[in-house]
Amino acid sequence: MTAIGDSPLARRVRAAATRFTTPLLPDDYLSLVNPLWSARELRGRIVSVTPEAEDAATLVVEPGWGWTFEHSAGQYIGIGVQIDGRFVWRSYSLTTPPSRDGRRLVVTVRAMPDGFASHHLVHGVEPGTVVRLAPPQGEFVLPEPLPGKVLLLSAGSGITPIMAMLRTLDRRHGSGSLADVTVVHSAPDADRALFAEELDLLGRRHPGWRIVQRHTSAAGRLVLTGSGADGEMLEDVVPDWRERETWACGPAAMLDDAEKLWADAGNADALHLERFAASFGAAAQEGMTQGGTITFARSGRTVESDGATTVLQAGEEAGIPMPFGCRMGICHTCVAPLRTGAVRDLRDGTEHRVADTDQSSQTVQTCVTAAAGDCTVDL
Amino acid sequence: MAISDIKEFAHLTEADVEALGEEFDQIRRDVEASRGASDEEYIRSIIRTQRRIEIAGRAALFGSVVPPLWMAGAALLGVAKILENMEIGHNVMHGQWDWMNDPEIHSATWEWDNVCPAEQWKHSHNYLHHTYTNVLGKDKDVGYEILRVTSDQKWNPVNLGQPVFNTLLMLLFQHGVAIHDLDIEGLLRRDIQDPEEFKAKLEQVGRKMRKQMGKDYILFPLLTGPFFLTTLTANMAANLMRNVWSYAIIFCGHFPDGAEVFTEEQLENETQGEWYLRQLLGSANFTGGRLMHVMSGSLGYQIEHHLFPDLPSNRYPEIAERVKEICAKYDLPYNIGPFPKQFWRSIRTIWRLALPNKKFAAEQQAHEAEGLHRDHATTSPAAEAAPLAA
Repeated sequence: MTAIGDSPLARRVRAAATRFTTPLLPDDYLSLVNPLWSARELRGRIVSVTPEAEDAATLVVEPGWGWTFEHSAGQYIGIGVQIDGRFVWRSYSLTTPPSRDGRRLVVTVRAMPDGFASHHLVHGVEPGTVVRLAPPQGEFVLPEPLPGKVLLLSAGSGITPIMAMLRTLDRRHGSGSLADVTVVHSAPDADRALFAEELDLLGRRHPGWRIVQRHTSAAGRLVLTGSGADGEMLEDVVPDWRERETWACGPAAMLDDAEKLWADAGNADALHLERFAASFGAAAQEGMTQGGTITFARSGRTVESDGATTVLQAGEEAGIPMPFGCRMGICHTCVAPLRTGAVRDLRDGTEHRVADTDQSSQTVQTCVTAAAGDCTVDL
Repeated sequence: MAISDIKEFAHLTEADVEALGEEFDQIRRDVEASRGASDEEYIRSIIRTQRRIEIAGRAALFGSVVPPLWMAGAALLGVAKILENMEIGHNVMHGQWDWMNDPEIHSATWEWDNVCPAEQWKHSHNYLHHTYTNVLGKDKDVGYEILRVTSDQKWNPVNLGQPVFNTLLMLLFQHGVAIHDLDIEGLLRRDIQDPEEFKAKLEQVGRKMRKQMGKDYILFPLLTGPFFLTTLTANMAANLMRNVWSYAIIFCGHFPDGAEVFTEEQLENETQGEWYLRQLLGSANFTGGRLMHVMSGSLGYQIEHHLFPDLPSNRYPEIAERVKEICAKYDLPYNIGPFPKQFWRSIRTIWRLALPNKKFAAEQQAHEAEGLHRDHATTSPAAEAAPLAA
């Protein structure tokens, strides 16, 4: 509760007020006055929409109660925007350094050709629109202290998390940073290159930084896997790439190629990727053997499911109308009550369990949990 | 005997029933495909309005010692509770607004301003009542385990007290709803099926009751300081108003003449078409203006609600037009009448059935044996008319 404090006193006041507003929260009434005065769900108000290079826009969002302003450069947030009455969720990297001053969040969104939500955000939202927010997530962040040599590799709107990193380094080191940072960014052409001027400016401010902006319409795609016959290779642009700890963000094909290139070089650990998807780590692997029977109580269906298939996927495959949102555990649209049994959160392995004899239920996110033994979900 | 073969009762062939089911499916698909921003704006504006009315009511009661403010406060708060329970809570918990992907207006998370815990309501109402609608022995809403509402229920001397039980249920309706999911029948027989579950559910009801009664009968009265007592009575009046109104609306749903009841045999291998038909023949509508329908949680469209319990309530009027056309086409009754008439017919039946009333029972049995009359086609299908002559 940033706006009303999170002190024990504030919490007591809140608890007392809730006794008056039950079964609702005080927030449900306060938000009649100002839609941001509610911490029931994180939300924000669009302050401005500034067009960037072709078909992109920078959105400034004023978050409501409950936002903590404690993100790391490179992380993304979820934005839920209402289109035709439905909340549609997408993830966008924050492009500004973490800071409480200003109390604004900044994201740059590119309208994807088939991107319903992104198109709406770039072309459709009016300042003043209230959107839902999901807290910052992602492991795509620079360590502190910085490794000796860094490569930041991006294409298209993949520059956004890298922009946040560069701005953060710029702020931290002041003018004339000596850190050895190489940035290689590809855009289709000058018209569609995001942050082009700012990147040039940063390159001039910091003698240790080398910033390469490529235009693929003229120079062709940067070749990661293949030979020199296919075009300019990474080797040609950054001869010492093997020595650099690398952060890469861009289209899925580029990331796949990068993964292969670094793996073939026996250097997979030095590559960090941002795919904007929940990473189901060890938990998913360990879960492989577990699974169980999922009973969907309201639909009266049961499904056998392994420990790596999410409850959401299992339900959808069985033809059950499952609520869903971001599919990556950020927006809580897919939540459903777990009546009995256990599910495991595939992101970190946490188990949620409700005993048979227990009359209460737990709310679980179906898009990031899988059956851990037999379980019953109220859907 | 209650109806055990709905096709035979309705004089429809299997193919007819299947075709009828497809027509209803088509209505669902059309409405689902067209849900959008205007529906979303509807539910949001109802919720905003309801919360403002509630605030106004609570505010007025800071002067509850002044009779006009007492009246205004009680009335506003009563209206707020009616709106919250009926057009908002009941419908949100049915999942009518889940498609918006908004966790704040969602069946999984909604808790209503009523002593009945949402979780238990969703089990007894959404699941039991809406699945086994009007099936004797399965749907506890057929008489709520204390009333004899059809001659298919055996008369017992206890039924002599019906007019009294009925009045008590009306006055204490929210408490009746609160214990509806408990195994009351088992309790009366002193043979509760699952004592552990009974205890847990009872505790859940107790927790919800403490919260609800705490705010209405202790905290808000205290907040108005010297006017504690007058605020308390106004809050009681508001709860009473909601109880009586929701009782009256709900009793119009399945108890008026012409709403049929069924045996468990009907459930065996019941097709989707038969399920629709059972919902249609087991429910009754009433007429009214837009305000009347909003204040009654759109349950004047009980038939449409039972056919499509999870489609947004603001769409029921347009759905009703199509349902009436289907009824005319298949020569099926569409049970509708003015609210006072439908209410009177429900109450009259409950009073009649306090006694064994063999004559009334014989009439009902004859109707159930004979099935629907096949002369509806001669009357105008559009007329808001003629519930079945029982």
